Amino acid sequence: MSGSESGPQHHFASHFADSGGVDFSGDQSTNITEETREELRQIAARYPQARSALLPMLHLVQSVEGRVTPAGIEACAEILEISTAQVSGVATFYTMYKRKPMGRHHVGVCTTALCAVMGGDQILSDLQDHLGVGNDETTEDGKITLEHVECNAACDFAPVMMVNWEFMDNMTPDSARELVDKLRADEEVTSTRGATISTWRDAERVLAGFDDGRADEGPAAGPASTLGLEIAKEKGWQAPAVPAEAPADAGQEEK
Amino acid sequence: MSEQSVDLLTPVLTRNWGDERAWKLSNYERVGGYAALRKALKQTPDELVNLVKDAGLRGRGGAGFPTGMKWSFVPKDNPNPTYLVINADESEPGTCKDIPLMMASPHTLVEGAIISSYAIGAEHAFIYVRGEVLHVARRLQQAVREAYSAGYLGKNILGSGVNVDLVIHSGAGAYICGEETALLDSLEGLRGQPRLRPPFPAVAGLYASPTVINNVESIASVPCIVDNGKEWFSSMGTEKSKGMTIYSLSGHVKRPGQFEAPMGITLRQLLELAGGVRDGHKLKFWTPGGSSTPILTDEHLDLPLDYEGMAGAGSMLGTKALQIFDDTTSVVRTTLRWVEFYKHESCGKCTPCREGSWWLVQILLRLEAGEGVEGDIEKMLDLCDNIGGRSFCALADGAVACVTSAVRYFREEFEQAYHTPAWELFPYGRSALFASSKEGANA
Amino acid sequence: MTAADTSSEVTPRPDLVALTIDGIEVSVPKGTLIIRAAETAGVNIPRFCDHPLLDPVGACRQCLVDIPDAGNGRGFPKPQASCTMEVAPGMVVNTQVTSPVAKKAQEGMLEFLLMNHPLDCPICDKGGECPLQNQALSHGKAESRFEGVKRTFPKPINISSQILLDRERCVLCARCTRFSEQIAGDPFIALVERGALQQVGIYESEPFESYFSGNTIQICPVGALTSSIYRFRSRPFDLVSVPSIAEHDACGAAIRVDHRRGEVMRRLAGDDPEVNEEWITDRDRFAFRSARGTDRITTPLVRDGDTLRPASWPEAIDVAVAGLREAISGGAAQTARRGTDSASGRVGVLTGGRLTRENAYGYSKFARTVLNTNSIDFRSRPSSNEEAEFLAHAVAGTGLGVTNADLEQASTVLLVDFEPEDEAGTVFLRLRKANRKSGLKIWTVAPYLSRGSVKMGAGLVPTPPGAEAEVLGELPAEVELDAGSIILIGERAATVPGTLSAALGLAEQTGARLAWIPRRAGDRGAVEVGCLPGLLPGGRPVADASARVDVQAVWGSETLPGDDGLDAAGMLTAAAGGDFALVVAGVEPGDFADPDAVRTGLENASFVVSLEIRRSEVTDRADVVFPVALNEQQAGSFVNWEGREREFEAALPDKTTMNDLRVLAALADALGGDLGVRTPAAAAAEIAELDRWDGDRAAAPTSTISGSGDQDGAGDGELALATWRTMIDASRSNDGEDALLGTARRPVARVGVRTARDLGLGERVMVSTTAGQLELPLEVVPDMVNGVVWLPTNAPGFSVTENLRVLAGGTVSVNPLDSAEEEGEDK
Repeated sequence: MSGSESGPQHHFASHFADSGGVDFSGDQSTNITEETREELRQIAARYPQARSALLPMLHLVQSVEGRVTPAGIEACAEILEISTAQVSGVATFYTMYKRKPMGRHHVGVCTTALCAVMGGDQILSDLQDHLGVGNDETTEDGKITLEHVECNAACDFAPVMMVNWEFMDNMTPDSARELVDKLRADEEVTSTRGATISTWRDAERVLAGFDDGRADEGPAAGPASTLGLEIAKEKGWQAPAVPAEAPADAGQEEK
Repeated sequence: MSEQSVDLLTPVLTRNWGDERAWKLSNYERVGGYAALRKALKQTPDELVNLVKDAGLRGRGGAGFPTGMKWSFVPKDNPNPTYLVINADESEPGTCKDIPLMMASPHTLVEGAIISSYAIGAEHAFIYVRGEVLHVARRLQQAVREAYSAGYLGKNILGSGVNVDLVIHSGAGAYICGEETALLDSLEGLRGQPRLRPPFPAVAGLYASPTVINNVESIASVPCIVDNGKEWFSSMGTEKSKGMTIYSLSGHVKRPGQFEAPMGITLRQLLELAGGVRDGHKLKFWTPGGSSTPILTDEHLDLPLDYEGMAGAGSMLGTKALQIFDDTTSVVRTTLRWVEFYKHESCGKCTPCREGSWWLVQILLRLEAGEGVEGDIEKMLDLCDNIGGRSFCALADGAVACVTSAVRYFREEFEQAYHTPAWELFPYGRSALFASSKEGANA
Repeated sequence: MTAADTSSEVTPRPDLVALTIDGIEVSVPKGTLIIRAAETAGVNIPRFCDHPLLDPVGACRQCLVDIPDAGNGRGFPKPQASCTMEVAPGMVVNTQVTSPVAKKAQEGMLEFLLMNHPLDCPICDKGGECPLQNQALSHGKAESRFEGVKRTFPKPINISSQILLDRERCVLCARCTRFSEQIAGDPFIALVERGALQQVGIYESEPFESYFSGNTIQICPVGALTSSIYRFRSRPFDLVSVPSIAEHDACGAAIRVDHRRGEVMRRLAGDDPEVNEEWITDRDRFAFRSARGTDRITTPLVRDGDTLRPASWPEAIDVAVAGLREAISGGAAQTARRGTDSASGRVGVLTGGRLTRENAYGYSKFARTVLNTNSIDFRSRPSSNEEAEFLAHAVAGTGLGVTNADLEQASTVLLVDFEPEDEAGTVFLRLRKANRKSGLKIWTVAPYLSRGSVKMGAGLVPTPPGAEAEVLGELPAEVELDAGSIILIGERAATVPGTLSAALGLAEQTGARLAWIPRRAGDRGAVEVGCLPGLLPGGRPVADASARVDVQAVWGSETLPGDDGLDAAGMLTAAAGGDFALVVAGVEPGDFADPDAVRTGLENASFVVSLEIRRSEVTDRADVVFPVALNEQQAGSFVNWEGREREFEAALPDKTTMNDLRVLAALADALGGDLGVRTPAAAAAEIAELDRWDGDRAAAPTSTISGSGDQDGAGDGELALATWRTMIDASRSNDGEDALLGTARRPVARVGVRTARDLGLGERVMVSTTAGQLELPLEVVPDMVNGVVWLPTNAPGFSVTENLRVLAGGTVSVNPLDSAEEEGEDK
């Protein structure tokens, strides 16, 4: 993958022909309803200044539309009373906002240095072969959009994958293939440190701040997270005992 | 110092992570949760600021700025409301401590947020959590709902007359938003690009109002300080780096994971706890605090992992994200992947970071492929000199730190890149944690 | 200024900060940025994102300097951006001149900026005047070490019909996006994407349609932004630049006219901090070719039955003299009767907004000394007697009054019948700046908050059209006016009886200052030189004998007519009666309240002399037409709304084209008189000699408030009409500028929420009067006064006066045009 950008390139080719905005081509129908607008307004009302709501609002747009659509951008601009160019500037800045229609599931493979070295590179290339898609592409059945993602803060579980932004820890090429096969077959898949996998759109709705009732699923922590704690328990190590209460408070007043 | 008497590991923030349903309010309360809040509400805000100052808590997000001092910068005569913003945009490669904390024990952070808001006079607090961690968002959102129901959040908290509202705000994928002023722009619904300083956030931050921005671990450390006192806290750690903190070990170690220890533990000690480097391999290089901190080698195993110890070795403590790479790892490849990360995450605002990372990646790609040409190393170092310290924010400093430190310790490997691809020198399959049929076939 | 003032120069002023730049000690005002302090030391630090009128951003990093001492004895370990850091006492700054660190940092930055730049200078419009090109040569290294693959994008994209964006050339300094957001308030361009892919972008269906978009081309430090009308047209080094003054509004904006081989190629904003700073409107920038069409008049024309035929100058002058002489004398020998102050003859002068002050002066003097009449009026638009009295009392001869700078210092600004963004673009920018920078409170007496008002942060004093006078009499308590306040009143106030009087009363009562802002460039100058029946030059009342004596002395005339002349409406009525001749210049019937009445007047007039640049409805009805010079072909001046004289030289001096003044002088000669002046310079000298009237001013108008436009009951779709001209409209001076017109705001009808509901209005409406109807899309405005509909006065294809024969405050019917009906029509 690193090599893919280094091949011979024509100096006069346009490398970024599609960049710069949302996709206006193709089907422009929208799922945004008055209810969606009402929810968008609810998000805006959470903040002292409404514009703060733009990021979660765009998450909601994605959950409704399956991507950031022109209609979604226009709805946000209208509700926040800002220009569509301003919304577009935000929607194209953050990598989680998708401008092409997404598959049912978003499958991310971490390929930042550590995960890449630990095997993430190989997992990604295996999956690309297995699914027959390139980076940021969706399988023909519309089930999976595959993307290489940057460090997802789970390095102690490397190599890491994400499905709809749920952790899939300690992956191998085999477990990765098994995972995507299950997803494509609509079999139940559970995050190693999270909930049962639903869909990318459902995930986006949670990120917009709407509860999906799954907070209590999954463990409190994975084994790596509690490793130090387990060792400390084993060895009987702990933080120092708390000094008698009086001096702590008194010390405070003295100063 | 009381270092002798303190155990090697000191679980405080992590102490309940193994508990059944540790994220629930009732379970948090069962282990003493929200006692600190009750205690704090009986003190004045100034007392709390001084307590945190005197405890010696330094920011756990990387820079190590004294937290209490940051709080004290909030002007008292500003007519605008004060805001607390918690930086939960944990994205620095290698860093993985805040995410498990918020997933396992979100109430530790919520309680810290309420106390800290009260201390700085904020009635509105935000947790800006990176968007790519769905389950953390769920747990935080639920914790906030629970805290409101319990009267820990909202109006007149526990009858104290104190009001605090807390909003969980999910980001949308941008490493730069971990930079505090970019985070503020992002929280205002803008492109997350860093702001000019001055004005500093303490004076004109969110909505141009006084704003304190603290890392998750910093805020989560506040309840235990309130609970146990400043002496207790400062009895852990070293002279200038007080308290306990979470060290994250990842990479080529037998047992990677989180280790909460007093400041100043050494990598040798941590490695021992983690079972050492993979069997049959030796430590080659490591980062003390994420990829933005210059790499170190086995020469540095016995240095105290505190702010001073790392600065003394020409690196930084950063986020205490110890990424361990063994002797199978190509430094050239790893450096390339880090720089590719910075290129991907450069916000684009300033020239050296935007263009420099573009250029560095092209050189490193050549080097990885063994197609480097004489002078590439010098050119790369000179570009680093033109990028580092010339950019708008510290992102690019991190980008060049991994390059310059890699060349510092492994120059010969970069020279080999003038003729031999990295994958030949260090077959990539050997670095992976699993046997690779594919890689073997290629080799 | 006295000699004693010079002593202050040697005493150090406490608000100055002393620092050392490249070893040179300089003192600059506190708060100065290092990059500008360096300029005072003669050091030019290269820069791209920095612009003195935009908020500092520090993005391009080109201006890095070394600061070994920040003034506190400690230095910065790394080079600092000099465009964002303020000076400090005792600071030591070393720029590229003395610091190898700064020099290397700057060279490195240029290398980064150029590595992804296409280096297509030979085909780039900016080549030759490009800050990137210039600074690469002055501050960069000769060769780049970049050996890789450049970032490339598809070639230029239209971000509006006028502006194109070439993203490859862009250095992402964000001047354009910051201008749009900070200065114009039109954030229709924004930075999009991230990192190396970051680029300027629009939202596809909402292009960069801002009245001020052209400024972004000018401040772009590379050739990333170009205009469709100038693109690939010429090279900067082939152009001759002449400073001038823009003629499309009363702001008097400084412009630079660039011409080549006798043709203006482009116009740019001039730099005039007191007037337009560095900004101009798109109309001032892009609308300058309307007289290049086939309708340009190049020879005199005389009427031959139904047609006009080219004629020689002597023939045309003979025809004009014959016709005018008859009108002046009424058929009898008039010369004998001169000096009796008797009634003026049956001739009058109508002038319009294109005239320079000098040309207007020529008409004023021509009317009085040659035609022996006070019948002259520059107001070729809806006007009133109250307005004439207002102008005589409060405007004429008052010199420099409220200034642009005063607007920034004001405690409050109250706008009455005035939409700055549409009617005086750079005043809008100044007001927006004052609101943004120092929180200036602005109130507008209007039926709704227009987009321009919102951008100025204005508050609404809800006023149905026609009720302005009443509202001014009892302003809401939160509108606090005092001696630091300013009332800006637009020319539209003339059509609402009592408004101008009420504004004067309000100013007197509160101590607020009052300024009148007409819409057209020549109007204030015309007031100053006496293009009104009751006014002589310098604000002298005709009725005041000593004022007339003043003027006689300078003009060397024995007497001047002292009787009441006719105003425009009076002259047209007289002409319609058939026994009245007209001398007309710069007039369009469509600009009047009743265009057909103007046409009838012109058609029935006993004789019409037209001095014009292009064929028009007036020339078509004239008996003799004289071609006159374009403003770009002659020197002259405009008096802007402030009362500031804005002189300019000819951009394209053309000895073969006569200006109005020269033609009038020739006519005067042929009529046996003497205009006394035949060049703009001579006219200006005489105007200066006349100076301002220092006698008693004309009395204030005392019009009482008429019945207000109380339109509460929106029965039967009857609504009160609110209307004004948008900046980019169907004015003839915009002719041929399709790219500019492509950025015009789409014509819409606006009503309030309740009105829309009461009338059941949907997406499209039919607005009608007995005279006609217009179909328009509907826009519902949240806070609009009930019972009112707003229409643009003169959008292309939608003329309120022509199609509806109605003025602001009049009544129109608004009815829904539902889609069913439309579909039915389609079938």
